[in-house]
Amino acid sequence: MLDTLYLYGRFLSVSVRSQMQYRASFAMLAVGHTITTGLEFVAILVLFDRFGTLVGWSLREVAFIYGVVNISFSFADAMSRGFDMFGAMVKSGDFDRLLTRPRSTALQLAGQELTLRRVGRFAQGLAALVWACFGLDIDWSVIKVGLLLGAVAGGACLFSGLIVLQATLAFWTTETLEIMNTVTYGGVETTQYPMNIYRPWFRGLFTFVVPLACVSYFPSLAIMGVEDPLGSPVWFQYIAPAIGVGFLLVALRVWNFGVRHYMSTGS
Amino acid sequence: MISYWAVLSARFRALLQYRAAALAGLGTQLFWGLIRVMIFQAFFRSTTAEQPMALDDVLTYVWLGQAFLALLPWNIDSDLRTLIRTGGVGYELLRPVDLYGFWYFRALAWRTAPTLMRGVPLIAFAGIFMGMDAPASWAAAGAFAVAMIGAILLSSAITTLFNITMMWTISGEGVFALVGGGVSILSGMIIPIPLFPEWAQPALNILPFRGVVDTPYRFYLGHVPAADLPLHLAHQLAWVVAIILLGRWLLSRGLRRLVVQGG
Repeated sequence: MLDTLYLYGRFLSVSVRSQMQYRASFAMLAVGHTITTGLEFVAILVLFDRFGTLVGWSLREVAFIYGVVNISFSFADAMSRGFDMFGAMVKSGDFDRLLTRPRSTALQLAGQELTLRRVGRFAQGLAALVWACFGLDIDWSVIKVGLLLGAVAGGACLFSGLIVLQATLAFWTTETLEIMNTVTYGGVETTQYPMNIYRPWFRGLFTFVVPLACVSYFPSLAIMGVEDPLGSPVWFQYIAPAIGVGFLLVALRVWNFGVRHYMSTGS
Repeated sequence: MISYWAVLSARFRALLQYRAAALAGLGTQLFWGLIRVMIFQAFFRSTTAEQPMALDDVLTYVWLGQAFLALLPWNIDSDLRTLIRTGGVGYELLRPVDLYGFWYFRALAWRTAPTLMRGVPLIAFAGIFMGMDAPASWAAAGAFAVAMIGAILLSSAITTLFNITMMWTISGEGVFALVGGGVSILSGMIIPIPLFPEWAQPALNILPFRGVVDTPYRFYLGHVPAADLPLHLAHQLAWVVAIILLGRWLLSRGLRRLVVQGG
């Protein structure tokens, strides 16, 4: 296990060094990425400027949830590059090379690249979160800080799990499918607003099938000390982020199942 | 003129082959549309104050936006990017046609073909199941159709301009990252222009981007009377001319210093 983590660290440091060869390009892409992803928040500001409140939620409360979701997604997004390219690897037969190495394939793909410019989403998410914390009267404690970190970690795991599942489909379709973006990017879009604004079936989709609400909405409520209009108990809000970790473990099992049934396209 | 027509129809036929991609795109866009619809519904539930646009109009606006998403000039032609990166652009120079016109018509096909494939089924679906409204009147429908042509011409001009900037940036990623998001918010694609704060309205109205999204949609809704068509059409066409001139100038500068990448 330690050995694996060490190797993963090496992969990432190689990737970081290679990107740092083009510092100016990195800086521009990072700034560009901050602005594009930050525009989502501008949209939220515009809507609050017009409507004042979102069925009882204040701008700061929405900003808090927005921050948590975007920070977690930024981690998963930064390591997803290898999985994005996976469809092309299957098609060209390059995946066979990975199979000959004595390490897990998921690890090798995740270590393919740490896309540094995606720090942009992280930066604007963090800015929104910090800004929200200053305006909200949060009763901070060690447990709440732990819950916040847990929510981000659980969210990063869950989004990673989705990315792995999306790539797994390529074993059968040899294409990565655009439709899966509805649960990754669409999931970010959805869960950056409080869940109770959505219709019940849609809420159910993002709570039980793709449990993104468990790593953003529920823990955020517990930290902010807001009662859930949907009536979830507080103890559940505290343990909900663990579901994200579970999701990743299941996704990795599905991945391994895919690997066992992989038939090379040859080339 | 015949050669431009040939480019247009050849690109069109090539792009119409991607039917499975269009179907997947359709599902994705219905999903996105639905998210936005629910967000707007929630915001409208939160206030009793009179808004500059009624909820039903906003929802129809959202569905129009999803139907005509491919018209939004927010990205660059990846085939053209490959041409420039691999040096294939050299072949483009050999053609006995005006390069700007050639690329403009290429962009025109690239923006229109996917719109036809996705837009028509999406409007049918949203109209039947999602409560999207029909045009406010016959006059509104006519004004919408005319403004849509203006929108297509404008969108293609902006796309061509982005494509030309690739001669400097090669990858185009930087420009793409910066401009893409800006266009989607300034055009009204994310939030209808009338819902922006009052102080932002004059600037948004002058900028070219609303001509691609907001102008035709508001004619459709009858939010802007059809009689105002000449004024809005003038806004669109003035920007088309300005952006084409800018694009031509940039292209001629780019060609003077173009280094064809060997390969």
